[in-house]
Amino acid sequence: MSRLETRFAARKAAGQKALVTYLVAGDPEPQATLPALRALAAGGADVIELGVPFSDPEAEGPDIQAGCERALRHAVKLRDVLAMAKAFRQEDQDTALVLMGYLNSVERMGYETFAEAAAEAGIDGLILVNLPPEEADALQRCLAPRDIDLIFLLAPTTTEARARAILERATGFVYYVSLKGTTGAGHIDAEDVAARLAPLRTMTDLPIAIGFGIRDGDTAQRMAPLGDGVVVGSAIVRRMGSLSLEEQPAALEAFARSLREALDASC
Amino acid sequence: MTQAKGPPASPGPQSWSQYNLPDAQGHFGQFGGRFVAETLMHALDELEAVYRERMADEAFQAQFKEELRSYVGRPTPLYHAERLSTELGGAQVYMKREDLNHTGAHKVNSALGQALLAKHMGKRRIIAETGAGQHGVASATVAARLGLECVVYMGEEDVRRQSPNVYRMKLLGATVVPVTSGSRTLKDAMNEAMRDWVTNVDHTHYIIGTVAGPHPYPMIVRDFQSVIGEETRAQCLDTLGRLPDTLVACVGGGSNALGLFYPFIRDESVRLVGVEAGGYGIASGQHAAPLSAGVPGVLHGNRTYLMEDEDGQIIATHSVSAGLDYPGVGPEHAFLKDAQRAEYVAVTDDDALAAFHHVTRKEGIIPALETSHAFAWILEHAPKLPKDHVIVVNLSGRGDKDIFTIAEREGISL
Repeated sequence: MSRLETRFAARKAAGQKALVTYLVAGDPEPQATLPALRALAAGGADVIELGVPFSDPEAEGPDIQAGCERALRHAVKLRDVLAMAKAFRQEDQDTALVLMGYLNSVERMGYETFAEAAAEAGIDGLILVNLPPEEADALQRCLAPRDIDLIFLLAPTTTEARARAILERATGFVYYVSLKGTTGAGHIDAEDVAARLAPLRTMTDLPIAIGFGIRDGDTAQRMAPLGDGVVVGSAIVRRMGSLSLEEQPAALEAFARSLREALDASC
Repeated sequence: MTQAKGPPASPGPQSWSQYNLPDAQGHFGQFGGRFVAETLMHALDELEAVYRERMADEAFQAQFKEELRSYVGRPTPLYHAERLSTELGGAQVYMKREDLNHTGAHKVNSALGQALLAKHMGKRRIIAETGAGQHGVASATVAARLGLECVVYMGEEDVRRQSPNVYRMKLLGATVVPVTSGSRTLKDAMNEAMRDWVTNVDHTHYIIGTVAGPHPYPMIVRDFQSVIGEETRAQCLDTLGRLPDTLVACVGGGSNALGLFYPFIRDESVRLVGVEAGGYGIASGQHAAPLSAGVPGVLHGNRTYLMEDEDGQIIATHSVSAGLDYPGVGPEHAFLKDAQRAEYVAVTDDDALAAFHHVTRKEGIIPALETSHAFAWILEHAPKLPKDHVIVVNLSGRGDKDIFTIAEREGISL
């Protein structure tokens, strides 16, 4: 069983929801990332999405755009991100680690080279915001033999026929984009999410994580009953951008713990 | 094949008389495609369906044609630049006068077509990105004409460089949003427009200004701009009794070039030359010439040639002309380059400026700085060609918007 499956399954068995957290690798500086990963894991994150900074993050809201720009000021490269992941994996074999970013980073490195390096770094999954399943065959062929899940997104605008086709090839978990907008947007609507998730539930046995617009314990608690987990990103990146290197780990751990408690209170 | 760098390479040379790309997935060989966030996939499907429906709809075609005639001022003339031709002593230079269109550039052809599509889709709001401001002005113009709300995203740096066009858009009732992220130029304006679209996709149509972006945009913009090449073809046959020998156009995203080239792609005897912005020279690294010095990658919804670093980060471009200052290019140009159907060269800022002055003085036509890149190629190559060789250059826009930039560069205060 892969690490992603194990974590989601364990939470489900315990009647709990999974906590998925996101941060930009190398934000606001490269040495901040390893302590931040440890802190999120200590606070109860089941899955950590490690954002690969990109110059043109077209699906991101202002917080994650700023995080990318901070990391790129330190010229953080995909190879550096993989090295950070590897360092974390050497001390933590339980927390699932997913790289999240844009296709061009992976294309430039080359699919095979990337898949090999990601496997060696102990990466469990990959989310590429601008890679729809239609264009994903070649990459998935490189990732599958290394047990790296290519994780697809579903959106409020995804039609039922399209959702079926996507879910047929989805692995790891399904990322449900809760709203029409960019990451960190403020207009998440629980009723709308519930209505749209209901039919998806009947189409897949994979865990569904809900993301975009979940910013605190309150929104996490409202969304949690609708899926198998929630994703919190911009709210973490905002903290990384405003706190000093010394303050970040404790603040992140406390924030993750507050989310964990909110999720547990929702069940 | 060595290390797999993503998808397979373009298929080999094909029979050009059968040319019929993109394929059903929007691919031009290995280029093109649809690389966007899932939220936008449905909107792209819808746009493609409506577009195919309307292209087969005679009433829509008649409406588009009539708008082009009575509102835009088409057909534009094909003008024989006799003084310039005589002076150069070689090929005969003809200018396709897209500068005479309403709003002063070719951009309006596609903006108008797309705004009509938006109306048909029941969208009441349009958004656009702009570099030099020509596409923004064209979008604001057709929005006013059709009663649509219009928001234009423009890099903060370009807002400064092209202030007359900013004011023009505001006069037309558009909201101009300065973009302060990234390099604050055209590519960042496009990122911001995509973010707006993903948020407001229900009631908003994104009018992309060039033959780039996710499928079906490269196809739609090309088809709407093809009126340039179709008219040119008919005008050549009419006045010269034959096809031209060479077509020349500047290439930023590449919409004016493809509009001219596309109706001639199947005619292999016609040489196609695209001129990119060489900035301070290719060797300097300070340019905007992805076809001349870039690599294939994925940005803004399509796979194409890009200017990027060894980590795949898009790098800052430079051109004296804001309209060419973009790190990517339309995927069909990328295909035509690899298939060797079209050739792409780069011209420096200095050579483009020299050509600007030369053409202005010789022909009494002030070309846009973008277009001046194509003239620079002509000034160099026309003298070496025989006197019966016919070159058609797409005079894609007028240069009135650029006089402030040129005056500033030359130390003249207006």
